[in-house]
Amino acid sequence: MTGAIFVLTVMGLLLGLVIGITVKFFGTEPDPKVEKIEALLPNANCGGCGFAGCSDFARALAGGKAEPNQCPSTNTETAAQIAALLGVALGVRQPKVAVVLCGGDNTKAAKAALYNGVNDCRAATLVAGGAKACLRGCLGLGACARACPFKAIEITGASLAVVHADVCTGCGKCVATCPRKLIRLVPTSATLHVLCSSPEKGAAKRKKCSAACIGCQKCVKAAAGAVSMEGALARVNYDHQPSPPGAIAEVCPTHCLQPALLDVTPVPTPAASASEVAHA
Amino acid sequence: MADHEIRLPDPGKLIVSSSPHFADPQTVQKIMLTVILSLVPACLAGIVCFGLRAAGVLVVCCVSCVAVEALAARWLKRPMALRDGSALLTGLLLGMNLSALTPWWICVIGSVLAIGLGKMIYGGLGYNPFNPALVGRVALLIAFPSVMTTWVTPTPGQMLGDAVTTATPLGTLGTLHRWVPDQVMACGGQALSYWDLFTGNLAGCIGETSKVALLAGGLFLIWKKLIRWQVPVCFIGTVAVMTGVAHALAPELRAPPLFHVLTGGVILGAFFMATDMVTSPMTGLGGAIFGVGCGVLTCVIRLWGGYPEGVSFSILFMNALTPMIDQFTAGRPFGARPGKEAAP
Amino acid sequence: MPDPWRFHGGVHPDDGKALSAQGAIRKAPLLEKYLVPLQQHIGAPPKLVVAKKATVRRGQVLAEPGGFVSAAIHSPTSGTVSDITECIGPGGSPIPAVEITSDGQDTADTCLEPIADWENAAPDVLKKRVGEAGIVGMGGAAFPTLVKLSPPLAKPIDTLILNGAECEPCLTADYRLMLEMPDRVVAGARIITRILGVKQTWIAIEANKPDAEACVRQKAEGTGIGVQSLRVRYPQGAEKQLIYALTGRKVPAGGLPMDVGCVVQNVGTAVAIAEAVLDGKPLYERVTTVTGTPVVNPGNWRFRVGTPFRAALTLAGGVKEDPAKMISGGPMMGLTVYSLDVSIVKSTSGILLLGPSEVSQFRSGACLHCGRCVDACPMLLTPATLSVQIENERFDLAEKWNAFDCIECGCCAYVCPAKRPLVQHLRRAKAEIMVRRRAAQAAAKR
Ligand code: SF4
Ligand code: SF4
Repeated sequence: MTGAIFVLTVMGLLLGLVIGITVKFFGTEPDPKVEKIEALLPNANCGGCGFAGCSDFARALAGGKAEPNQCPSTNTETAAQIAALLGVALGVRQPKVAVVLCGGDNTKAAKAALYNGVNDCRAATLVAGGAKACLRGCLGLGACARACPFKAIEITGASLAVVHADVCTGCGKCVATCPRKLIRLVPTSATLHVLCSSPEKGAAKRKKCSAACIGCQKCVKAAAGAVSMEGALARVNYDHQPSPPGAIAEVCPTHCLQPALLDVTPVPTPAASASEVAHA
Repeated sequence: MADHEIRLPDPGKLIVSSSPHFADPQTVQKIMLTVILSLVPACLAGIVCFGLRAAGVLVVCCVSCVAVEALAARWLKRPMALRDGSALLTGLLLGMNLSALTPWWICVIGSVLAIGLGKMIYGGLGYNPFNPALVGRVALLIAFPSVMTTWVTPTPGQMLGDAVTTATPLGTLGTLHRWVPDQVMACGGQALSYWDLFTGNLAGCIGETSKVALLAGGLFLIWKKLIRWQVPVCFIGTVAVMTGVAHALAPELRAPPLFHVLTGGVILGAFFMATDMVTSPMTGLGGAIFGVGCGVLTCVIRLWGGYPEGVSFSILFMNALTPMIDQFTAGRPFGARPGKEAAP
Repeated sequence: MPDPWRFHGGVHPDDGKALSAQGAIRKAPLLEKYLVPLQQHIGAPPKLVVAKKATVRRGQVLAEPGGFVSAAIHSPTSGTVSDITECIGPGGSPIPAVEITSDGQDTADTCLEPIADWENAAPDVLKKRVGEAGIVGMGGAAFPTLVKLSPPLAKPIDTLILNGAECEPCLTADYRLMLEMPDRVVAGARIITRILGVKQTWIAIEANKPDAEACVRQKAEGTGIGVQSLRVRYPQGAEKQLIYALTGRKVPAGGLPMDVGCVVQNVGTAVAIAEAVLDGKPLYERVTTVTGTPVVNPGNWRFRVGTPFRAALTLAGGVKEDPAKMISGGPMMGLTVYSLDVSIVKSTSGILLLGPSEVSQFRSGACLHCGRCVDACPMLLTPATLSVQIENERFDLAEKWNAFDCIECGCCAYVCPAKRPLVQHLRRAKAEIMVRRRAAQAAAKR
């Protein structure tokens, strides 16, 4: 026993020595400027800036290879602080927010079958496209919610992904995770959304979902240029925001035209990791 | 063909899922229950030898393990996994690894340690790196060394006899530090034959003494393909070879290989503890490496270490190496050229 | 003669073929409407060449190949193109489709002439015919056959294997073909042999179909084509395992059969080729097994492409109980389908219904580390470790652990006692790795 303790102690000491030496000779001196910038960044490593993470971005900033406002997740104030630290001017940035363009939760969209398998949207699209009849709707299995570094996406009890605009920083990490390509980055000034992405004909869509855009074009008239038709689907022109949005939204018979939510509800943690099984 | 009333599938009742759509009837629950079944002969043998005290220990361990699992699952808000039978198996194995004289509260502590420390803190069955029953036993061994090494003389057939404490042959060998067959091969004043060692008429843990019952259960599991033969064969083989060499070099110091194989927990460990699915390697080759490793470590502890018995320690140590062994033995895919980098 | 090379792993599921094995191939009656999907193969989507309201004849081209790896699609009957719409594709994503309303005449198009003297025809003429007839692999993968028959010069082919293993449980379409049309099977084999100019040709049949084997053997006599009986083990009919069983050659990981000088064709494909050459008939119908315990009259039918599952099941007498799964293909590799409007396509080898008691659910539990999947994987992968990596979205690790070599045979998930959805995990990893590789390629080009 004593022998073993002795051996372990000696090994520990030796390893400690080796690590110490390595750091001394090969480690890089941390740059105080980089450290200061890092302290101001959100450290969520969302990658929205185009760099591998916050420290990478901080190093790029210090090296003059990036602009302070490249980080979508810092507010203007912090960006200004960073700019001051670097002694550069702060450019203007259009702040963005993500939105899931589907309103077909379990209470509105028809179920075509029961899904049994990995609890992930991309995995489900490999298996007959999940359970909803609409092949363009939100699968509700939370790939986007798990990818969001700010936990801004909630999967509602009725299996629909909803972005909480107040928490979303517009980093865009969720956009690529959606196999149905339902997530869009829009200006935070957006007041109106068409919560449907299916280009199918109105009659076909109506059968599958009570919240679908049926292409009646009522909103196009009401919104005076802010909404236009793309085939059978109304699309909001995000550069041209009408007001008041509520009044326009009211003309929509299926309520798929919705004013943008700016809610401050607490965000629950997204669904557990993959491999849950829906019951049959 | 009658055109009227042809019934077609109801799409709303259809399940969509990935292939394959057929599944082997084997389930986790069935595996656990089969393993429990294979342990029954050894348990019965233990009860016959050590009386109802042994039965008491086994029951306390089983009940408390199941209870701890249920409580932990509720507390950690995990789905109840009681029905898979793994907690029951852990309890049974823990009990089999204790002396018949173990007080009930030590059994309960052992169960808490086995399930809590050995399994639940890692996330439950499948995530635990160490064999839970062994975690429980080793923790008890460290915490209560004297209780854990107090053995009772077997009284075959007597269910409620007085408990006469005695030493195990391995324990005697450990204190004598030399191979004196007359003294070592004795139990409660009586001389033991190898046949006694084989059938289980000697002092020791409840479930480890009757080699014949253990072998029957172990062979059953091999036949059922629930354990890999490589593990017990390599484990026992290594013990036999190493102690054989030691005995040949110093016959008056070291016990013969048959003695080492038939005493202590080698057979129980090799067939039932080292083969635990969760904590042992996934391939035959991995199992062989694992078995050899266990055998070597057991011999090192027995021959040169401070403890008379080393099966539990060696298996726990090899458990820690299992991920490495798995990585090392991961197959190259079909058609991979030798030399070309396959698995990392 | 026993097969000399046994592949590692594999499983032996209940074969369930008895349900439909006795059902001689029947011709499905003409329907009023067919919905023909415009993507029935792997590769580029074909280009539509008919307009709405156009009149078409049976076998007329509806869509032309949209690239080298693509295949033409022909009209299943004569009538009008009543609609150009979309349908649910096999993966659940919508794909374009053409609706043909039959005129009841079933007039044949005559642009493909039979090549009567094929034995002396130039290989290129025969090969051209395979392309014109829109033939794709009919075993399930639906890879355009013309591409497989046009190996690059750098890869000389010396062996042709006709795959009659039909190792998928429950399916009997290939079995019936070999039993009822062995001459066509052999003719197809000889045509492909001529196209490829190979030295040896094998027809490989699993040992559980001795009668089919005897039929084919009799017809193959004197043609120089060997008939080989194979060990009954799933996935004996998987390309790489089949080549290994017959020749002992191992297709390199990540490689293709042509890398070891082999071409594998399904027996159904061979029959389609024989029909295209001898009868001048493009691929617009195929033999499909309709089976499963809930089916009233299981059997094998010759369905036109575009027949909705609804019509096929009606022909089989409907169901006795509500099934829990409807599968296009076999139980080990087939895809679940939830709509009765899905059409039979060129690669639909079977429609299988499973009752509620036959379906085992996948579960979310932890891996037990039992290693059964490792033992079962014919590609010698480690599905247990891979699935955990994939659950944690570590696709980089999964790629290192060779997830891409998975053939999705399903052996691992079949044996898993924890019922983990291993194949789905692996399919997801493969899709993800593919995306990454493409991105890396694009980045390299830039
Ligand atoms: S990992 Fe892939 S190749 Fe291996 S058994 Fe599973 S499905 Fe088959
Ligand atoms: S068969 Fe299932 S439980 Fe066993 S090792 Fe593989 S994944 Fe894990």
